[in-house]
Amino acid sequence: MIYVENKDLVIPGQVLSDDEYYSGRGTFKENGKVCSSLMGLVSLRNKKIRVIPLKSKYVPKKGDVVIGKINDVRFSMWDVDINSPYSGILPAFEVFGREKKELNKVYDVGDVLFLRVVDVDEIKKAKLGLKGRGMGKFKGGIIVDIAPTKVPRLIGKKGSMINMIKDKTKCKIVVGQNGLVWVKGDEDMEQLTKDVIHLIEAEAHTSGLTNKIKNKLYLAIDGELPPEEVPEENEEEEEFVLEKPKLQNFKEELEQEEREAQEKEAEEIKKEKEDKPNIAEVIEEFKRKNKKDTTLSYGDNSNNSFILNNKQ
Amino acid sequence: MMSEMIRQDGRKFDELRPIKIEAGVLERADGSAYLEVGGNKILVAVYGPRESYIRRLLEPNTGVIRVRYNMAPFSVDDRKRPGPDRRSSEISKITADALRPALMLENYPRSMIDIYIEVIEAEGGTRCAGITAASVALVDAGVPMKDIVVGCAAGKVNDEVVLDLSEYEDKEGQADVPIAMMPRTGEITLLQSDGNLTEEEFAKAIDLAMEGCRQVSELQKEALMKKYATE
Repeated sequence: MIYVENKDLVIPGQVLSDDEYYSGRGTFKENGKVCSSLMGLVSLRNKKIRVIPLKSKYVPKKGDVVIGKINDVRFSMWDVDINSPYSGILPAFEVFGREKKELNKVYDVGDVLFLRVVDVDEIKKAKLGLKGRGMGKFKGGIIVDIAPTKVPRLIGKKGSMINMIKDKTKCKIVVGQNGLVWVKGDEDMEQLTKDVIHLIEAEAHTSGLTNKIKNKLYLAIDGELPPEEVPEENEEEEEFVLEKPKLQNFKEELEQEEREAQEKEAEEIKKEKEDKPNIAEVIEEFKRKNKKDTTLSYGDNSNNSFILNNKQ
Repeated sequence: MMSEMIRQDGRKFDELRPIKIEAGVLERADGSAYLEVGGNKILVAVYGPRESYIRRLLEPNTGVIRVRYNMAPFSVDDRKRPGPDRRSSEISKITADALRPALMLENYPRSMIDIYIEVIEAEGGTRCAGITAASVALVDAGVPMKDIVVGCAAGKVNDEVVLDLSEYEDKEGQADVPIAMMPRTGEITLLQSDGNLTEEEFAKAIDLAMEGCRQVSELQKEALMKKYATE
């Protein structure tokens, strides 16, 4: 016996179903009944009930990409605020390798970085790293703060929402899974993007949001509504549920790209090897070049949900 | 009969004062609630779960909560000396104890939740109102919990057991029994008793207060649903 429907709004302690259903995230089982432990929307799949919270704090998870702010520079690591009950640490080793440098000359207190969660231990301390393209320090721009549970909604199905905003406002946008969004562009556009992101956050649990945002953007920028399109009802329906698999896909794509890039580099190094006898020098130079390149650019990856093409 | 008895403010023996609850009223807090019961006006802010700056309070396997109950100097007829006193320390403690059984903080080890209960105007029964408002604010903050805790008092005035004492009844009456409970399971998380009651009167007071809690609980749910339904 089930007492709720998919996408129903529930509150903590509400009885969702009897025994034949499994209790998923955001729920607990008591006396053979599945109850909600959060205020959020019900998601039913394969006899498993989950509650997707409307509000929650970010808890670091291995493999996530996050935006963090340097809080403190210590002897061999940086303390990073990642908008979570748990602070992250960025060990110097992750940035320099074996090299020895002064930490505060590279990243100082107040710098905002794009990072990857390398590992989370039992007491939830997050170890961060910069491995992966696009990781590094942001220059300029503004930070917008949203609830981490609304991040998938902001990105939209296969990045539909975020790409539309990027196209329209011509802003560079990076979304961290901890609910921080970095926006850089014209000052007016930054402000508009910020407003739009907050609107998405406030109305994440309503349907038909992509079109609503589209209309708002077109009105604000062109002063007229967008050309009519064939409405895709089905897509809208599915998009309603706040979920994460899109991010997963994105991560795989990213890794694939990384691999390809590395292969290319290896080939190039091989070629240069033939030209020049001094291999060590060449590799050194490559490393240096690479570091510069990887600070923020993602190449031409238009499908990228997190990073806009920086080489405009 | 006694059910016909009219109280000092015209209520029946089992009638609550008018209640207004609003969730999510503060911009900067993670969760907040505003509550009015009769002449009480209470504002609650919840911050967290967040990293604690007080190391000694942290638990390695679970999150902890801290409650501060505070009455504004202008909240009562005679000016109250600002700052914590014996009474507010006691209420802070019993509020934390009343809320803790409902919270599921195992997923937030080493973290801390701060709850600030500010009484802007007081008119009897602020501890129960504080608990009621605090749990709405906790839900608004997205803290996982088993049930929404609700508080309500019963007492004895003019030899009658009555629900939800006002300030006058609290002062003139013979007893005051504030309770807090989790309405789904009926578990009682706070039970205090001040004054003289016979065994039967005590049992009756608890039944009455539990019934009052259930009524307030419906209003809590309504307030939470209202916040998101209109958008």
